[in-house]
Amino acid sequence: MRDAQTEVTRALLQPPRTPALLMFVALVLVPLAARFGAESFILSVFTRTIIFAIAALSLDLILGYGALVSFGHAAFMGIGSYAVGILATHGVDEILLQMLVAMLAAIVFAVATSAVSLRASGVYYIMSTLAFGQMLYFFAVSLSAYGGDDGLTLSGRSRLLGTHILANDRAFYYVALALLAGFYLLAQRITASRFGRVLRGIRENPVRMRAIGFEPFRYQLTACALAGAVCAISGVLLANLAEFVSPAYMTWQRSGELLAMVILGGMGTLWGAILGAIAFLLLEEVLSGLTEQWRLILGPILILVALGGRGGLAGLYARLRRRTGGGAP
Amino acid sequence: MSTALLLVQTLNGLQLGILLFLIAAGLTLVFGVMDFINLAHGVQYMIGAYLAAMFCAWTGSFWAGIALTLPAALAFGLLLEVLVFRHLYGRDHLDQVLATLGLIIFLNQAVKTVWGAAPLSVPMPDLLSGSIALMDGLLYPVYRIALIGVGLATAGVLYLLINCTRVGMLVRAGATNAPMVSALGVDIGRLFMIVFGFGAMLAGFAGAMVAPILSVEPGMGDNLLILTFVVIVIGGIGSIRGAFVAALMVGLIDTLGRAFGPQLLRLVLAPAAASQTGRSLAPMLIYILMAAVLFYRPSGLFPVKQ
Repeated sequence: MRDAQTEVTRALLQPPRTPALLMFVALVLVPLAARFGAESFILSVFTRTIIFAIAALSLDLILGYGALVSFGHAAFMGIGSYAVGILATHGVDEILLQMLVAMLAAIVFAVATSAVSLRASGVYYIMSTLAFGQMLYFFAVSLSAYGGDDGLTLSGRSRLLGTHILANDRAFYYVALALLAGFYLLAQRITASRFGRVLRGIRENPVRMRAIGFEPFRYQLTACALAGAVCAISGVLLANLAEFVSPAYMTWQRSGELLAMVILGGMGTLWGAILGAIAFLLLEEVLSGLTEQWRLILGPILILVALGGRGGLAGLYARLRRRTGGGAP
Repeated sequence: MSTALLLVQTLNGLQLGILLFLIAAGLTLVFGVMDFINLAHGVQYMIGAYLAAMFCAWTGSFWAGIALTLPAALAFGLLLEVLVFRHLYGRDHLDQVLATLGLIIFLNQAVKTVWGAAPLSVPMPDLLSGSIALMDGLLYPVYRIALIGVGLATAGVLYLLINCTRVGMLVRAGATNAPMVSALGVDIGRLFMIVFGFGAMLAGFAGAMVAPILSVEPGMGDNLLILTFVVIVIGGIGSIRGAFVAALMVGLIDTLGRAFGPQLLRLVLAPAAASQTGRSLAPMLIYILMAAVLFYRPSGLFPVKQ
């Protein structure tokens, strides 16, 4: 009985799911619509978008729910893609195995670096994540056995359970989308769980949480490891999409872009992060199609979002709903 | 490793350190006094270099070019303060990160649009070109030595400004406890603006100074910016003294590590392994240093905030 009750309360407390559902339906339909245009181009743009949505989603887990501003999140994408590159060079091209290795490596890196970063707070935390990201970047640059600065071209996409199904662009798209959906549901469960509530409690007031018996460090560390593992998967996919691995995947600018995606979409909503990634990358795509000087437009848009956007696109949606009288207050 | 090589690399390291200090000085104050993350500080260094390139070409003289660059960099910094930064004080760090990231993207493209994507160069003034012999068979460019001298002089002036003037006192007080300074009747908004403009000018000055020895190109400030962050985090945010010590540390460790790391490792490792490990490790050294400092002293070497 009590379980049922909490379920109901939880359902009431949860943000409306309609936008997320609409978004996923739209994403499922993309390959069908792509047939009427430049199919392989559209598919590759949207696969990339989905991959970045996974990364942004994982960042939102620690950023939105833990208020941990990680400025080195792209490092995990790098770990994922290098797991593919390095394993593939040594003849291991099963994607499930690559994902496993990528996740383990990401967890090790996340735990090792967060153990240091989490000791610092505020600006120092941000800067130390940045430093660790840079450290990994330079490490990758120096890996001359695996391409060094130039990167590493893969001979093809990984196999899935021994089949070459991922070589098909449409299949690859749906695999990425399924992973995104899976991680979205998982993240939703995590944030609604006791663990997620503790994390949010720490975000609001770490001192009080410590006083009632929750050691913030352990929860934050777990969240960082989790986010890192999920982000590594996006790296595995990115390497497969591009069939290329490069240190450029983990520059600090890339980490900044991931932050921008989450903020643009609205943090702490999960679906906002996904929407943010879609909006950011499509904006980039559309603007760069319009003019070579597209960065002159993108930059000011980001500035305006930072200056005026409260809660990003998800916040905008919530305000619109409130104005039209629908939904919870 | 020979003494001559060691001396040259030490001077190079010193020069990088001085350069980092000029950029970090403004940034650490902006961070410390305003609790503001300014990613766009590296862009101001780049703008300084471009302005110097432009003014030197216009006037045909290096000295006149530099003299024009300083007020222009100051004006540019103040313009940015009024347009963007002013609205972000007291906001969430994330908003600041996003806005200043947008500014980087915009300005990197803008210089490309205005001055073209090809690197520009600034001719070296006749007075400072050429080399002097530091010891037998060791020539070192005069300009680089002048750079170190100018940097040290600037650091000295800055020290006097911060420690012996009224504005300096307010800046120090602001870095320690800004709300209290504001409560005591100081116009903190104006103080912010002064600090910001001055920081921008210093970064621009640094850019102008290195323009003759580096190529002036879009994005030249981006990687230096990260080094600057490392410097101010190691030194302690808001501390000029910390920035100075940390800048020299980072400059020397980075330069010497890259130059001699592989050779030193050869003492303990096989040559091939040593050169590979050395090349991997050298660029990571300063980040390892920063992690170590943060681990033992989470607020840097010279903490300012209570």
